[in-house]
Amino acid sequence: MSSPHPFHTSRRQFLASTAMGLVALAASGAKARTLFGTGLPWDAGAADPPERVPPGPWTVFTPREGELVEAIVERLIPADDLSVSGKDAGCAVFIDRQLAGHYGDSSRLYMQGPFQPGLPTQGDQSDLTPVAKYRHGLKALDEHCRRTMEGKGFTDLTPEQKDALLTDMEKDAVAFDGPVGSGSFFSLILQNTMEGFFADPIYGGNRDMVSWRMIGFPGTRYDYRDHVLKHNQTYPLPPVAIGGRGDWAMATGR
Amino acid sequence: MASKLPHKDVVIIGLGWSGAILANELCDEGLDVVAIERGPWRDTAKDFNIGYAPDELRYNSRQELMLRPAQLTVTARNNAGQTALPMRQFGSFHPGNGVGGAGVHWAGITWRFSPADFRLRSHYSERYGAQAIPDGMTIQDWGLTYEDMEPCYDRFEYLAGISGKAGNLNGEKQEGGNPFEGARKRDYPNPPMMQTYGPTLFAETTAGMGYKPFPIPSALLSRTYTNPLGVTMGQCTFCGFCTNYGCANYSKASAQTTVLPVLMRKPNFEARTLCEVMRVNLDSTGKKATGVTYVDSSGEEFEQPADLVILCAFMLDNVRLMMLSGIGTPYDPQTGKGALGRNFCYQMANQAVGFFDPAKYNFNNFIGGGATGMAIDEFNNDNFDHGPLGFLGGGSTRCAPIGAEPISKRPTPPGSPTWGSGWKKATRDSYLSNLSVGCEASSYADRGNFLDLDPTYKDRFGRPLMRITFDFPENDVKMSAYVTGKVAEIVRAMGAREVVENPRTRPWSVVPYQSTHVVGGTAMGADPSTSVVNPFLQSWDVPNVFTVGANVFPQNSGYNPTGTVGALAFRAADAIRSRYLKAPGPLVHA
Repeated sequence: MSSPHPFHTSRRQFLASTAMGLVALAASGAKARTLFGTGLPWDAGAADPPERVPPGPWTVFTPREGELVEAIVERLIPADDLSVSGKDAGCAVFIDRQLAGHYGDSSRLYMQGPFQPGLPTQGDQSDLTPVAKYRHGLKALDEHCRRTMEGKGFTDLTPEQKDALLTDMEKDAVAFDGPVGSGSFFSLILQNTMEGFFADPIYGGNRDMVSWRMIGFPGTRYDYRDHVLKHNQTYPLPPVAIGGRGDWAMATGR
Repeated sequence: MASKLPHKDVVIIGLGWSGAILANELCDEGLDVVAIERGPWRDTAKDFNIGYAPDELRYNSRQELMLRPAQLTVTARNNAGQTALPMRQFGSFHPGNGVGGAGVHWAGITWRFSPADFRLRSHYSERYGAQAIPDGMTIQDWGLTYEDMEPCYDRFEYLAGISGKAGNLNGEKQEGGNPFEGARKRDYPNPPMMQTYGPTLFAETTAGMGYKPFPIPSALLSRTYTNPLGVTMGQCTFCGFCTNYGCANYSKASAQTTVLPVLMRKPNFEARTLCEVMRVNLDSTGKKATGVTYVDSSGEEFEQPADLVILCAFMLDNVRLMMLSGIGTPYDPQTGKGALGRNFCYQMANQAVGFFDPAKYNFNNFIGGGATGMAIDEFNNDNFDHGPLGFLGGGSTRCAPIGAEPISKRPTPPGSPTWGSGWKKATRDSYLSNLSVGCEASSYADRGNFLDLDPTYKDRFGRPLMRITFDFPENDVKMSAYVTGKVAEIVRAMGAREVVENPRTRPWSVVPYQSTHVVGGTAMGADPSTSVVNPFLQSWDVPNVFTVGANVFPQNSGYNPTGTVGALAFRAADAIRSRYLKAPGPLVHA
């Protein structure tokens, strides 16, 4: 039997090492509670709904970064007979607003060092937050274009040129300056674009539930009991989202 | 210095499934019980509210209800020659956090392990000879029998309101149930759930192939049900936001929907949330626990004295707390000595995806739940002859559409573009006409797979993180290839025009989600040299410490673990109530 408390932490060590973790918890307003003898700790009307993202200017992106992201999401999800473009669906706004929250600063992730390169099976070991990855990746993309495309920025390219470049980035075949490679930047923005296109519209993308209509996903209806046994039959109702549907607001004149 | 609090009879670490069951049982015995939970209080009305529960981005992509790695994570490597690095975000598995634990976001598939599972090494040795078990495969018996577990399974199934169809009632096979299951004394408390198109087609096809399909036993309720504690649950609505989400309908069994409404009214129960236990305190002999030390969300440290300490946290945390507290002998993979951290196992999650003609097939995959669907057991465990196959084990094969939230569930056929108009067309064509059949398969212990404390990475309190050293053993990889081939045959027979086989292959990666069914590390057993707790889940070394969780599994079966964890909670509660309290001390003498 080893010592009863092999990893006893002194009060001083504890205060130093916990400051960050406690701040992360306290930010959510969560405090330790003692609950006893009174039944369920029911707070009438207590709720924790998502916040609808505010419209308006970029919150994280610079104007140039915003243009670049719009130009990319417009090619990843182009307008065609199936849907509007990723830009018009709001994917760039979605990404900007996600980067403004806990996703953007990695505050919920384990970000203690030492940072060291790992194996692919060990996942992302970068010390860069998503915000930093966007800053580095967008700058490297624009610089690459100006260097190799007769001084043109990414937004000045033709759709075909943009697609060719994105195709090479997907293969990690474009040399990016800086700490973010073209392949990892491409997979990050593709992932976030798809999140924006398919997430609930309350987060700024998927405007008018455009992606849900495209594939036949009914959204947040939450009760399909009357259709379970209607095998191989198309579900009859249009989608609905957390914030309702646009035509509800029109019907009431709001 | 820690503030010393008034004495309690029992301190329970973690208020999830097992913590809630233990607390309720021991309160009924008249004991003063306090549960210490590292996460927040969670309830249906606020945390899984129907107005915003169906939110894929928040709950699935961003893992709102899961443990946050900033609070605690693990390090991982595939073998002892590598440097373990932290899981900076959770991928491969999703530990829960807060009251209800992982039982809030679980799928609800609720099996009993098979009779052979509990005496696995003996069973294989008897059927195939001891030489059939490869060197280095450290599978072992549990130190109890299926018959010991039967009443405990029954109590958990009736507490949770499991919906299903018996396959074996008191030794008599029942048409429409699982013919391979162990004998049960009575049927499930609720009838099976309705079946959507995909599982119905799976059942017709597999029956035509000579298999015996049966409904998946489900903790999502097929009808309104009042459990033995008097708590009423609602009928599942097939909302499609189930696995990784809390249930807004009170229809997925969890601590919230089955135990807490009763437990929280008991005057001898107290819960402390957002309080993280640092260690179990031992007296100078190291053979008796005196209570626990924990830290609340303001950073203040408390000592909670107690006569009995029960570790009911997520399995990794139960193992780690024992290591941090000096309870048990750490495993040494060089010598094979020591049992603490030994026999860490996982679950082989295999699958075949079928792409069907969209003009003919509409599966409406968004209609579903974590435990709706049909299964066959012909390729599970030792239900088939392994003699000529060169591997042991198998898995439960099932068609179980859990929902089709579109950020994560929109597969396209191989070769489809990943973006652009071509991607869009492939996605539109496949979304309603793809169907997966999975095989959730066994994971057998290997000498080189184990848990210990990381030498480098620390948690926010400066304590070492748990280090996982794990890769899929050769046996399990062979098994996965075999069962996935069988699954693909079924999907082809169902009419898919293209089938993609996804058997688990080496190396294990922390990145893609596979299953939260990590098990082992404090195996239960009859031999203290290869187990950390005895067959009553009591520490061999510190008899007033018990632990309940998948950490006591010596290896994993081809079934989801929660039914067995729930049954073990009742087993431990019964042992404490009927044996330990009468004569505190070791219940089994080594």
